[in-house]
Amino acid sequence: MEHPTEPTHAPEHGVSDHDAHHINTHVKGYVMVGLLLAFCTVLTVGLSYVNFGSQSWNIVVAMALATFKVGCVAAIFMHLKSEKWTIYRILLITVLFAIGLFALTGLAFHDPIRY
Amino acid sequence: MEIPYTVTARPDTGLYNAKIGIWLFLASEVMLFGGLFSAYVFLRVGALPGYWPHGLLNVPVGTMNTLLLIGSSVTVVLAWASLKMRQFMQYKIWMAITILCGALFLIVKLTYEWPAKFHHFGAYIKTEDLAKYEKYLGNNYLEAKGLPPRVEITGDLDEAKQTDTTYVIKPDAIYTDPTNPAMDRPTFWPRPISDDPAKEIVVQKSDVDYASMFYPRHSAYFQVYFLITGLHGLHVLGGLIVFTYFWLPVGSKLYKQNPEHLANRIEVVGLFWHFVDLVWIFVFPLFYLL
Repeated sequence: MEHPTEPTHAPEHGVSDHDAHHINTHVKGYVMVGLLLAFCTVLTVGLSYVNFGSQSWNIVVAMALATFKVGCVAAIFMHLKSEKWTIYRILLITVLFAIGLFALTGLAFHDPIRY
Repeated sequence: MEIPYTVTARPDTGLYNAKIGIWLFLASEVMLFGGLFSAYVFLRVGALPGYWPHGLLNVPVGTMNTLLLIGSSVTVVLAWASLKMRQFMQYKIWMAITILCGALFLIVKLTYEWPAKFHHFGAYIKTEDLAKYEKYLGNNYLEAKGLPPRVEITGDLDEAKQTDTTYVIKPDAIYTDPTNPAMDRPTFWPRPISDDPAKEIVVQKSDVDYASMFYPRHSAYFQVYFLITGLHGLHVLGGLIVFTYFWLPVGSKLYKQNPEHLANRIEVVGLFWHFVDLVWIFVFPLFYLL
């Protein structure tokens, strides 16, 4: 099969001042998100020793924080905040299958026969 | 054959090829870990009261490991940004810190956390014999408070004193003071093991359902713990190998040929590394805290 060939003009090896400045502003953001994640980790540990009434509520609180942290990592560090549609499409299908997987696990505890 | 579109974007996808490749791989990884986490949910929800252990892992060490992984996620993205800004020495420094953080994570896991489990002993008492060990388990107290019962005695096995019919256990602090309200819930600092010979617990082997060191065979909890943290550890190792490869002269050679190519490869391995971090963000509360 014929591969589409790469454009003949080599990409710019240097980097413009504009790009460097653009990345530089991102760098501060990355560090701030890192600090936010570290704070959330400490918060997760602290809140796990608070009695929210039942173990289930502690699980809900910890999982909500973990989901927030994962969202930060995915959106900022993995650049999903602004990514190409091709990647969103791949992930959308993955998320649907993952939800299906956990739904099946939940279904395992469903017992229609009352006894 | 030269792989096309390693540097510039393919016109139809708008992405360089490796980026689609890594995202497809990460999608399959989501399903792999998703399957294991759903096994965790299945085993945990199905566990009888008292049979899902709490507070057996070292929380300060786990917290430190979490911070190490988060730190390395920041430094790997800074390493990539340095390449984008064509600051090669900065890249080398950030990458070195990333490798150190990841290596430290693995060293702590393999030389401290796991071996500590292999030396810890637990004996599950038969339901009908639980009353004999009431003064160590405090189940009447727990029942009155609406807390799940204790069905196991854990601690260090004193092998020298063990006989054909008995286990002699230097117990975890919880069994020497079971009705102390401070023992109701796990604590941040691990409770010490009693070294006081007067507090040793002699358990009749005939009263024991089964006993084991904290190996995978000990419980469903340790089965998923070792499986998930083991697989996660292998991912950390894989990331470290690739990071080291690009930190060595291979990286500088590639940088001289085409810095954008190296930046893209670091972005791709960085995406993998963030995923490894992301899995740990769920592992830490699920196994250490809840």
